[in-house]
This record gives sequence, C-alpha cells and structure tokens, in this order.
Amino acid sequence: MEFLYYFGDVFTPISFGLLLLGTIGGLILGATPGLSPTMAVALLIPFTFHLTPVQGLILLGAAYTSTVAGGAVSAILLKIPGAPANIATTLDGHTMAKQGKGAQALQLSFLASAVGGVIGVLLLIFLTPVLAQWALAFGPSHLFWLAILGVTVIGSLDSASVVKGLLSGCIGLWLATIGFDDIMGAQRFIFHPALGGGINIIAALIGLFAIPQVLTMFAKGRKAANAEVIEVEKHSIMDAVRELLRRPRALSIGTITGSVIGLIPGVGGQIAGLVAYDQTKKFSPERDKFGKGHSEGVIAAESANNAMVGPSLVPLLTLSIPGSPTAAVLLGGLLIHGIFPGTDLFDNHPDVAWTFINSMLIGQVLMCIFGLYVAGLAARVAQVPQSVMAAVVLGLAVFGSYSVQSSMGDVYVMAALGVMMYFLERFGFSAAPLVLGLILGPIAEANFIQGSMIAGATDGMASYFLTGTLNIVLIAIVIASIAYSVWMELRSRRYTSKEEIMG
Amino acid sequence: MSQISLPRVQHIVASGIIAAVGMWVAWVSYTQQPAEAFLFPRLISTVFVVLALWTFVKAILGWTKVGNGVSRKDFVWLLPGLTIALVYIFWAAKALGFYTAGTITFFLLLSFYDPAPHDEAKTWVKRVIITAGFLAVMYGLFALLLKVYTPREIFF
Repeated sequence: MEFLYYFGDVFTPISFGLLLLGTIGGLILGATPGLSPTMAVALLIPFTFHLTPVQGLILLGAAYTSTVAGGAVSAILLKIPGAPANIATTLDGHTMAKQGKGAQALQLSFLASAVGGVIGVLLLIFLTPVLAQWALAFGPSHLFWLAILGVTVIGSLDSASVVKGLLSGCIGLWLATIGFDDIMGAQRFIFHPALGGGINIIAALIGLFAIPQVLTMFAKGRKAANAEVIEVEKHSIMDAVRELLRRPRALSIGTITGSVIGLIPGVGGQIAGLVAYDQTKKFSPERDKFGKGHSEGVIAAESANNAMVGPSLVPLLTLSIPGSPTAAVLLGGLLIHGIFPGTDLFDNHPDVAWTFINSMLIGQVLMCIFGLYVAGLAARVAQVPQSVMAAVVLGLAVFGSYSVQSSMGDVYVMAALGVMMYFLERFGFSAAPLVLGLILGPIAEANFIQGSMIAGATDGMASYFLTGTLNIVLIAIVIASIAYSVWMELRSRRYTSKEEIMG
Repeated sequence: MSQISLPRVQHIVASGIIAAVGMWVAWVSYTQQPAEAFLFPRLISTVFVVLALWTFVKAILGWTKVGNGVSRKDFVWLLPGLTIALVYIFWAAKALGFYTAGTITFFLLLSFYDPAPHDEAKTWVKRVIITAGFLAVMYGLFALLLKVYTPREIFF
C-alpha cells in the first residue's frame, strides 16, 4: 500500500495543473485523426525537459491515457478512428451517432474507458512491485536477453512482416551503437559531425513518429477538411451510467481482455479493442445487433483499449521492456530524466514511480469528466485541415528536437530519421521495433559487455549466456514469439490467398 | 520478358539499399579496431546482414507481400512538401532564424496543400491569419514559456 503515501504529491498545484493540461490536451490531440498517441507523447517530451521528472511523467502519462480515449470522439462522430486503438469503436459507435445516439455513444465510451482504465492502473499498482522484486534476481546475461526480448517481441508482433519487424529492430540496435563506445571510447559509425554524441533519443523519437505522419499528410495532397461532424443530441449522463451497468458482460470482457493484452509486450490497443469486440460479440445473445449501433460494441472496445494502458507499463517499469510503442516513448521520457526503469526504480525513485502511477489513476477519472464535456469541441478540432496539421507538426518537431540540447545536429538527425522512416514504412517496416532497438540497444550492449567479462573469468560465453533456467526461459520466449508471429503471418497469407481464389 | 511492376522495382531498390547498409555495418564492425569496441556491433550486424539479404532475395523473387511502395501520385504530392521541409530544416532554419524560416515554411505549406480556393482574397487572408497564429503560439511556447534560445538571425 506504499502508493497511498504518494497520493498527495499529485495534488500540488503544478502537478495537478499539468495533469489537467495533459488530460484536456490529450483528449483534443487524440480526437485529431493523424495524430497518434505515440506521436502526441513524442512531441510532448521536449516540453518535459523543462520540468522535474515527476511533473514531466505526469504530463506524459495524462496525455497517453486521454489520447487513447479521445480517439473515440472522431471514431464516433467522424467515422475516423483517432488512433488504431479506436478502430473497433467505429463499428458500432458511428452507427449509433448516425441513429441520433452520438451523445450516448460518447458518454458510454468515456465511462467504459474510465472503468477499464482504473482497473488497468490498479493492476499496474499491484503487479509492478511484485515483478520488480522478482526482477532483482536478474544478472547481466538475463538483462541482455530481456533487452533482446523487448526488441524481438515488438519486432515480431507489432509488424505485418516478422522479418521486416526484426530487421527494423536490428537497424535500431545498430543506430544505438553510433557515437563513442563507453568502454574504449572508440569512435563507431560517425560519418557526420552531427552524430559525434550518438543519436539523441528524443530527436529520434520525434523524427521516427512525427515526420512520417507529416509526409503521409503531404502525400494525400489537397484533401478537404475531414468528414462532416454529426451533431450530438442532449442525453442524460445518468441514463448512460444505467446503460453501462446493464451491460456488465461487455464491460468485464473488455476490461479483462484489455488488461491481459496490455501485459503482453508488443500487442497494442488496436488488438485489445478488436479482440474484446469479437469476444463480446461471441458471448452475446444479441450478436446480430453488433455493427448496427449496439452499445455493447462501444463499451467492449473502449473499456479494452483503456484497460490496456496501465498493464502496458508493467513490463516497462519492472523490466525496462515497453509493452506498447507509446510505452517505448515514455521510456525515452524516463531515460532523459536520468531514471532507469527496472529492478531498482521503486527502491531509488519511489516518489517518481508512485506519483506517476497515482496520477494515471486520477487521470482516468479526469479523462472521463472532461471527456463528457469537451467531446463536442474535440470533434470540431478534429476537422482542422490536414494542411494545417502537417505544417504545425513539422514546426513542433523542428522546435521540439532543437530545444532538447539547443543543437542543430539533433534537428538534422530528427529529419533524416523521419524521412528514412517514411520510406521504410511504405515498404512494410515499422517504427516501434526500430525505436525499441534504439532505446534498448545501450542496455543490451552494456549487459553484453559486462556479461562477456564475467564469462571470460568463468566458464566462457556459451555457458554464461546460454545456460541457466532464466536464460533458457528468456531465450525460449524470444524464439516462441518469433515462431508464433511467423505462424500467424503464414496463416493470414494462406487465408488471404484462399479469399482471392474464392473471389 | 514480362514487365516488372513499379512496387516490385521499388522493393528491390529499397531492400538493396538496406542490404548494402547492413553489409557496410558488418564490414566496419569486423575490420575496425579496437575489436572490443565492436563486439556488440559484430553480433547485431551479423543478424542485420542475414535478415537484410533474406529481404533482398525475397524482393528479387517477387515474394514481398508487405508494403506498397510509393505510388507516382503520392510522390507527386509529396515532393513539394518534402522539398520545402528539407530546405527549411537543412538551410533556412539556421540561415534565416527559426521563427522567420518557420513562418515562411508554414505559409508555403499551408498555401500549397490547402484545399480552399486559391483565387479568392478571403482564403489568402485566412492563411495569413493562421500563419500569424502559428508564429504567436510557437514564440509564446518556446521563447517566452520554455526560454529556448533558437537561432534568430533576421527578425527575431
């Protein structure tokens, strides 16, 4: 119950102000198509540089939570999911809005998000210290395999192609080695003066997540403002609460599915929402109503994608393995404040860890309250033309990446990585494993070198890195996640080709 | 001989470039000294090369299933914005100052990609107002709130 001790820290004027700012801003950013939660959090990181670690994390955590929920606004009123996590919400939410039940759909989505989100954060609160204690037993070889596991799991599960996902991870690991090495001080892969200090994580995060979005908006040309916003009718919040309570099956399936999926590194909110929707439909006696404006569809999808947020931070805070791309960006935020998540986070920085987690719990409630009131405004903001969005994001990316170290080199790195990532994405590569490689690369290398020194003094590399129960378990998980992803990829291809043959 | 489609050519070129980078990384890792500093790069570059060559061979054989490349239409729309953005980042931001260059870039991008009519004075006034708003927000955020001293050169 240590977390209760730090509750008061969330309510200091600056912390609470940042929590409010992150929540409201996140709702608006989330509702804006083209701005993913990951990109929104990446663009916010430079601002946290001027805050204390706790304040910075409160801002990022609030933005993470509410961008996921805010995505439901455009999914329901515009039929454009604000983020991939809101795809399942579109199925019934927009149909409800077209039937004149837009306000009810929005209220249900925010209420369900809050229930799912609070339970998800409670899981984070109770699971994290247990896992953190367990992780204290980890030595260099285990930490090396954990870092590799982080890259391979995201690389294989988050990508449409396993090989390209793993290749993205390798590119990220290589990029992490650019600069001077820590032990010998030797220069590695420095082919431009801007790379002398290595690749700055924040500049890289902004470039890899924001610039491809900007270029994608350019490639769409002169698209008119987004689809017409459906006007929301007046609807009693108490009626929405009653409707939510009448649907315990959808709420519990959504929350449980989201929480479990959140714990698995690499499986994001999109999967959580779709799986919860599918399972609720299967268990519902009213399955014919799904897709035709059924409230259970909205409740299941939204409770799932927000329930995923808290548990997705469990592997991040205990083992330094981000559970989702946005969690990877949060890891970058932690690292620039000199906080290394993992075994000793709760021993060395309990104030930072617990205040951050508590703020997420309160943030879920605030998200629900503000979501119910600013949904209409957020939907209007979502209509901002892509031309304005692209120019604003480009401006923020340049100013933001410069502001971290007042270095033009960081701006060049941001731009180069961003343009490279845009083209890589067009060829089936994804940013998440590359970012993971970049972030986990130094951890993997430091433990590999430390491990090889220990191995040199003992039984040799093979014995040190490849034997022992924990090493074998971690290696088995690496292999199993890759094998599972290969199997899923082959199965989906076979299914696609069968569909093509059937016409 | 049957014609090779544009996405397939693009996949071959893209995966070829990645394979070349992978081989360069591996070559540097295995030849540069001190060897201890390149121990980890050797490990990852080996996996990098294997995966990159596998992707390259698949692209040559036309087995690539994921990624559609860049269509001509996308590229035509992308090119002006990309050029403006690169000129802004690699030259104008430092030479003209962040705020001046940022404002010019914002106005150019907005004017080029705005779906609103380009032959009405009203829409141009709107663009100027939005640009001025952008400048004010960026100056307020970075110069006044965060106190970030950016290259200022001409006006700011």
